[in-house]
Amino acid sequence: MSQNASYSIRPLTLTIQGGVDKDGHPDGVPSMEIARGEIIGIVGPTGSGKSTLIADIEQFAWGDTPSGRKILINGLPPAPELRSDPRKKLVAQLSQNMHFLADMSVGEFLRMHAKSRGKDPALAERVISLANTLTGEPVNPSFQLTILSGGQSRALMAADIAVISDSPIVLIDEIENAGIKKQEALRLLAGEGKIVVVVTHDPMLALMASRRIVMKNGGMVKVISTNEDEQKIFKDIEKVDGWLASLRETIRQGEAVS
Amino acid sequence: MKMVVAAGTPGSGKTSVLMHAVRDLIRAGHHPALVKIDCMWTEDDARFKRLDVPVAVGLSRDMCPDHYAIYNFQEMMDWAAAQKADILLNETAGLCLRCAPYPDKALAICVIDVTTGPNSPLKVGPLLTTADAAVMTKGDLVSQAEREVFRERIIEANPGCRIIEANGLTGKGSAELAELIRTWPDVEGEMVLRHNPPLAICTLCTGELRVSKEHHRGVLRHLDGFMEYVGE
Repeated sequence: MSQNASYSIRPLTLTIQGGVDKDGHPDGVPSMEIARGEIIGIVGPTGSGKSTLIADIEQFAWGDTPSGRKILINGLPPAPELRSDPRKKLVAQLSQNMHFLADMSVGEFLRMHAKSRGKDPALAERVISLANTLTGEPVNPSFQLTILSGGQSRALMAADIAVISDSPIVLIDEIENAGIKKQEALRLLAGEGKIVVVVTHDPMLALMASRRIVMKNGGMVKVISTNEDEQKIFKDIEKVDGWLASLRETIRQGEAVS
Repeated sequence: MKMVVAAGTPGSGKTSVLMHAVRDLIRAGHHPALVKIDCMWTEDDARFKRLDVPVAVGLSRDMCPDHYAIYNFQEMMDWAAAQKADILLNETAGLCLRCAPYPDKALAICVIDVTTGPNSPLKVGPLLTTADAAVMTKGDLVSQAEREVFRERIIEANPGCRIIEANGLTGKGSAELAELIRTWPDVEGEMVLRHNPPLAICTLCTGELRVSKEHHRGVLRHLDGFMEYVGE
């Protein structure tokens, strides 16, 4: 069996076939097809089923999760080994759980992760330098993972996904604000030709998505496509966000804001 | 009769993982029976009884629970046969990690908690290295990268084993585990252990409470690894 065969499976489409909400009512969105290069948002209040939908995609649900949804790749059911073998995995996930429990150094951990994905361990250096473009607090390969701040962990994992996991489908469960340049992280992860699904309440990230799925009571109730008016607002938010970021940096440097 | 021995450290999720697998086995038309081995106390039998399957408890009390299970495998199988079961599931107490109470013909499952960190697959010893399948639990509490590193460490410790990522809360992975159990060959004839249990005949076993070597006899190992025999 060729270890590289998996990398030739670049999916063109990801299809979510609707299941049921928490009360067993069918999803309002019966089916949704996502193409290469698309960023899709998932929005909805706490407990509305956003993380469940992400989990369905992550494990290529096949009617065997509580939602009963099915995930198709290029219109077909995915092969069983795509669900489990990291070397063949099509999905990379940036989850909310960013606290590391591993008692290892950053460099050792990244080299081990590269090995588990069948990649060159030397990529660890690139992950760290990329992570340092996303966070204001530099990460050093000799740091223990367990002492990293939230911002450092998120930046490191975003860079890890871009360099080591390099999967054609990327799932992001809330890039929080703290300590990471979030829109740069999203652009980095979106890369070329990837499918990105992002759970977010952040107006800027939500409007970077071409379509967003609205969740309620565990079900997918509707899909909103972004429009010209929203994109005008996006430009305004981007300016405000840049201004806030520069203020934050000024304060961090111990200077007075003018 | 098929036989499954599930081992793993306390709190790793053995009972939750087995409960989901039992539901899948019943759905597939099987008749599983469960034996829970513990030391002092357990209420896992009450959890298993909710599934409406035959459940027995063995408490080893002042004996090593793995040794106790090993002496009693035939008795467990006779009991399961009397319950008209076709699959015997044995959940061990999971303690010192030096034993691996796996008979050669049974399906040996090591349940291992991802939150114990990527060095733990190297620490658990024969419990993992002689298992047929490793079931990784609590993976939802760490990042995907950490799960994959953990998986790599399991492969380092036991290159041939099947790895199942399971979630005791949602039941993820249980269908895969149930399928592995269903397709495992029946046990028959004499069985032997896959790994030798540790040296255990010592003065502590016979009730000596005083500490330090001057009060003990038998094969004694020093901190630096030097072994000596003290006695007749």
